[in-house]
Amino acid sequence: MANILSPQVAAEQPLAATWQSRLFRSTLNNRSLTIGLLIITSLGVVALLAPWLAPHDPYLQNTANRMVPPFWHDTGSWTHPLGTDRLGRDYLSRLIYGTRISLFIGIVVALISGLIGTTLGVLAGYFGGRVDAVVSYLLTTRLAMPVVLVALAMASLIGGSMLTVTLLLGLLLWDRFAVVARSATQQLRDAEYIQAAQALGCPLHYILLREVLPNIAGALIVVATLEVANAILLEATLSFLGMGVQPPSPSWGLMIAEGKAYMFFQPWVITIPGSALFVLVLAINLLGDGLRDLSAPGGRNE
Amino acid sequence: MSSVAHHLDPLALELCALSKTFKLGGGMLHKSRTLKAVNDVSLRVPRGQVMGLVGESGCGKSTLAKMLLGLTPPSAGDVLINGKAIVNANQKALARHIQPIFQDPYSSLNPRQRIAQIVGLPLRIHGIGTSKEQAVKVEEMLDMVGLPKRAAQQYPGQMSGGQRQRVAIARALIMRPDLVICDEPTSALDVSVQAQILNLLLDLKDEFGLTYLFISHDLAVVEHLADRLAVMYLGQIVEEGTREQIFTAPRHPYTQALLASALTPEPGLGVPDIGLGAGQPDPTQPPSGCAFHPRCPVAQPTCSQQAPTLSAIAQTSDQATRQGNQARVACHFA
Repeated sequence: MANILSPQVAAEQPLAATWQSRLFRSTLNNRSLTIGLLIITSLGVVALLAPWLAPHDPYLQNTANRMVPPFWHDTGSWTHPLGTDRLGRDYLSRLIYGTRISLFIGIVVALISGLIGTTLGVLAGYFGGRVDAVVSYLLTTRLAMPVVLVALAMASLIGGSMLTVTLLLGLLLWDRFAVVARSATQQLRDAEYIQAAQALGCPLHYILLREVLPNIAGALIVVATLEVANAILLEATLSFLGMGVQPPSPSWGLMIAEGKAYMFFQPWVITIPGSALFVLVLAINLLGDGLRDLSAPGGRNE
Repeated sequence: MSSVAHHLDPLALELCALSKTFKLGGGMLHKSRTLKAVNDVSLRVPRGQVMGLVGESGCGKSTLAKMLLGLTPPSAGDVLINGKAIVNANQKALARHIQPIFQDPYSSLNPRQRIAQIVGLPLRIHGIGTSKEQAVKVEEMLDMVGLPKRAAQQYPGQMSGGQRQRVAIARALIMRPDLVICDEPTSALDVSVQAQILNLLLDLKDEFGLTYLFISHDLAVVEHLADRLAVMYLGQIVEEGTREQIFTAPRHPYTQALLASALTPEPGLGVPDIGLGAGQPDPTQPPSGCAFHPRCPVAQPTCSQQAPTLSAIAQTSDQATRQGNQARVACHFA
């Protein structure tokens, strides 16, 4: 699962001799994949290089310089290209550091929930019978719980923090992984190459990890991208409601929450982090869509 | 006598009263039904021979193959390979003696692995040789099944059906098993490729001294390949004998109908009328007495009451019995 965002779907199209070049070409031909990949890569670079890219310290308060509007306003200046918040902190720097929080939570949540969901789903699909009954019961139980409500309740019990949010979401968002892994494994279970491996006396972990997993990875990668976007939005929601990442961390959801008192007179306070969130989630969804097209048999890419 | 025979010339494969029963359905509201997929099958396959197993689809051929491979435990009875029982045997130890070649070469190879990985898998799992020795063995094996060297680096998706079946054969034979279960290995292939694969199987059999259990519903294929033949109907063996005995003088009415149903290459003749009437009965509710009597052209009242036993045909000589050449048939009137 370490390759969620890397183009491992490659092997989906078995064109060994030149599969790299063919993959490259079909990636370029797929517009949504290209755009999504471009945006996410640049946001990833921004997150990695935040200390060097940010013009100011995102935590440095300057009450003499509060609510400076962005550069396109008459009173705006290029010292603070996106203005400052109510405590005089540079908005662009906070936005740049906020990319780290969003991407970190999105990816780590997808990894945790992917691990849980894939394990449960593959076991349920492979063994069927009682194992399947237990996993299906867990799954329906999980689906009966409203994510935001449960996350809010738990966060208010334990106390919100980045770690809490990540773990909570990771433990809550595994349902789609489990559903997809289960049905994909059920289809594979009776494939003759699985039987051949069983007849050879291959150990169970070999069959599950080397024979089953690579063949369902394509579908799981698509689910993973969707869950990354989902987790980022949920983090913003929880932070907005005050139960997620705590101030003074520059989470985008928190920035929107802190700006909501000003939204009628200085709307940029919430539109800027809001747009950032929109662009990131859109890019991830475009990527997921593109990956699905690429991994679909026959390729639906125009 | 039979224990002496074991020491002198151990049978490659012996099935003793093997049965497999499945429970179907059986929820809270339904009563579960039982399906006797394989019912009291006994069979002896001498070393170095090709035993053909024919019958309609759904007669239990594939379930039988799964039990031999250790993929499904039998409900009753024993499987002896080289005189040793395999029930509860270690799967790895079993895999050294018996290997499968499956029907569909499009689903029997993992599409995510290169041919070298697929063929070398048995060696890796069983820890035979260093990785260099394994690579050499894989190359030799590919050469033996008539695949070029460069095939090793290809993926199954880049190969034709015939080539894929060659890969499947290479994987089955790389550990030099004694016994190979061929589960309709040519039925998914083009007719032009079928002959190549069959001849390859025959060549390899001589080269490695293999014993085949060849499962098929294609009589032409079996006639080309098999030394002996067993005919299955609804989970039971109804007739067994040498190829000549079965093809020239079939005793059981079902075998006769099966032979009559083989299509001829002559155009215009259409599908032959085999006089069997309706299809196979529901295997969860097998007919009383002889399972074949509802479709049998020569059925008598006693057939619906008394099940015939699979017994040796009288005139086979003592010599033939000892060599396992005896013919058996399960019919009151054969």
